[in-house]
Amino acid sequence: MMTKIYIPRDSSALSMGAEKVALAIGSEAKKRGIEIEIIRNGSRGLYWLETMVEVDTNAGRVAYGPVKVQDVPSLFDADFVHAKAHVLSLGLTEQIDWLKKQQRLTFARVGITDPISLEDYIAHDGYQGLKNALSLSPADIVKTVTDSGLRGRGGAAFPTGIKWNTVLGCQVEQKYIVCNADEGDSGTYSDRMIMEGDPFVLIEGMTIAGIAVGANQGYIYLRSEYPHALVALNAAIEAANQAGYLGADVLGSGKAFHLEVRRAAGAYVCGEETSLLESLEGKRGQVRFKPPLPAIEGLFGKPTVVNNVISLATVPIIMHKGARYYADFGMGRSRGTLPIQLAGNIKHSGLVELAFGATLRELLYDFGGGSATGRPIRAVQVGGPLGAFLPESQFDTPLDYEAFSQLWAVLGHGGIVAFDDTVDMALMARYAFEFCAIESCGKCTPCRIGSTRGAEVMDQIIAGKDVVKNIKLVRDLSDTMLNGSLCALGGMTPYPVLSAINHFPKDFETKKAITAA
Amino acid sequence: MNNCDYFGEIKLQDLPMDIEALINEHQHMPGALLPLLHAIQDNLSYIPESTYSAISKALNISVAEVHGVVTFYHHFRTHKPGRHILQICRAESCQALGSVALEAHAKKCLNIDYHQTTKDDAITLEPVYCLGNCALSPAVMMDDEIYGRVTLADLDVLVTEATA
Repeated sequence: MMTKIYIPRDSSALSMGAEKVALAIGSEAKKRGIEIEIIRNGSRGLYWLETMVEVDTNAGRVAYGPVKVQDVPSLFDADFVHAKAHVLSLGLTEQIDWLKKQQRLTFARVGITDPISLEDYIAHDGYQGLKNALSLSPADIVKTVTDSGLRGRGGAAFPTGIKWNTVLGCQVEQKYIVCNADEGDSGTYSDRMIMEGDPFVLIEGMTIAGIAVGANQGYIYLRSEYPHALVALNAAIEAANQAGYLGADVLGSGKAFHLEVRRAAGAYVCGEETSLLESLEGKRGQVRFKPPLPAIEGLFGKPTVVNNVISLATVPIIMHKGARYYADFGMGRSRGTLPIQLAGNIKHSGLVELAFGATLRELLYDFGGGSATGRPIRAVQVGGPLGAFLPESQFDTPLDYEAFSQLWAVLGHGGIVAFDDTVDMALMARYAFEFCAIESCGKCTPCRIGSTRGAEVMDQIIAGKDVVKNIKLVRDLSDTMLNGSLCALGGMTPYPVLSAINHFPKDFETKKAITAA
Repeated sequence: MNNCDYFGEIKLQDLPMDIEALINEHQHMPGALLPLLHAIQDNLSYIPESTYSAISKALNISVAEVHGVVTFYHHFRTHKPGRHILQICRAESCQALGSVALEAHAKKCLNIDYHQTTKDDAITLEPVYCLGNCALSPAVMMDDEIYGRVTLADLDVLVTEATA
């Protein structure tokens, strides 16, 4: 039997040369007359080890990494095809501590299966959730999702089942399921990993949502920066259509569900659900006033479920294993697991899916191994560009929506960006305003004007001019943005700004010393 | 013979693209404007203003609305870029591992700022706010290829290869 060799086609793996490694392994095998089958899987999420090559054995997969093109001949010399030792050997993949300590529910298949093989998906428990859902009434599907405690993983953490129930209750013919795949937060990549590494789980989740609320059309609003995800999703949708998992009659149930990917166009604000809907309708991505809620008047004025990729991709396992199974993970009102993304200046960066409740410190040090530069980690930004910066004194906070909100911080989409002690927090505060100014949709004044004014005032502070007075001005401006903005872009830009000022005052005050001098 | 209009734009009939075919293909989709604009940019690498009129007629919207949408989204270009597009991620994760130095280096070597093209038309430099490669910061994208853990030397190689 031909040995199976797994080489990821995940775009982060590609960014480390996975394509060239795959080509080199293919041609080296041919040259040596060794028959192998190369499977392009998703990434296991141990990104510092990419390109990670795995060899299938009777005992399980054996990993090698990080493999570069120049390592390929020596891997063959060492007979890695028969899982023999090499300087890059990592042992059995499943036994790698970093992976073994995780609780992978949403990411159960990512890195294991061939992402666009429907056969492989089904062989690994795929479509069990949809089968169960089809045997239930719509209200019972919604109840299962509600009972699981699943909350929106995009960042707002609104209970998914309650949103679905609102759409279910609308008595109109046309409804929509919209997947928010405009993953724009810096430090996050879990949506991308799902779409590239296990697109069928998202398709299955959206199909279940459609059957549950009575929607026959779904759209995936995908950011234009993710070309590989687009290819994987379209291939998977095509395969699902061919096999009757999508289309006019889903698995002979008499219910229709059609799915289409739409490309976004590089506007961060379109991750906000109403702005996303405007964009899908072919307009400028300007935020809408709420109410009406999208669940009542959403896409083209029809009731619409708008959910994040991870929320929808978690539905299949809930429908497969039951609400209780999922809800048994987690703490407090944060049930289930969170796919955490370790990013920025971190040694062992990658995807860690864990039940809610692990502390930041465990993630940064036990998993992350400290900073990549070897210097002390001084600050972390959790939850993307609109999330607060946390100092070392807050690293024992458990990852839990409520614990974070008590600190005036957010968990958001689960991205953790680490900075070492060379970071200048005044520059980070300035960047937060600048980013808001670049991305503001312009509809509301606090965000449109406030962001530019904020960057200007930060420039004054950085130049050491009237620091005390200007910090007061930034606080005042932040208050206006917090309370007066239409959406989270203007409304949460003060989180990184004020947390930087509050936790790292020295970075702002040293500028005062310059003035005094 | 002048194939440009008053504003220096290439006339619709002189574009190397069949605008009518693209319009026919997309105009009946719900929310057709973005898919149509993507199709045009995929063909030409930008969206010439001379296409606005045909788009507005087909979708029954004003030219102003077409212009408003094109200019709202960072992805859409209104001018022809160089032969290669180099995008450097400016977001926080990449800043944590030296993207600021990478940006400065690129601007200096290419002798251009963001949204500009080198004199030989080889490279257009653009900022990007997250490529989803945050585990391997700093990240850049050259055309459709993404690169992680990019050093100044790596960037030099990319630029040299693109300009060769």
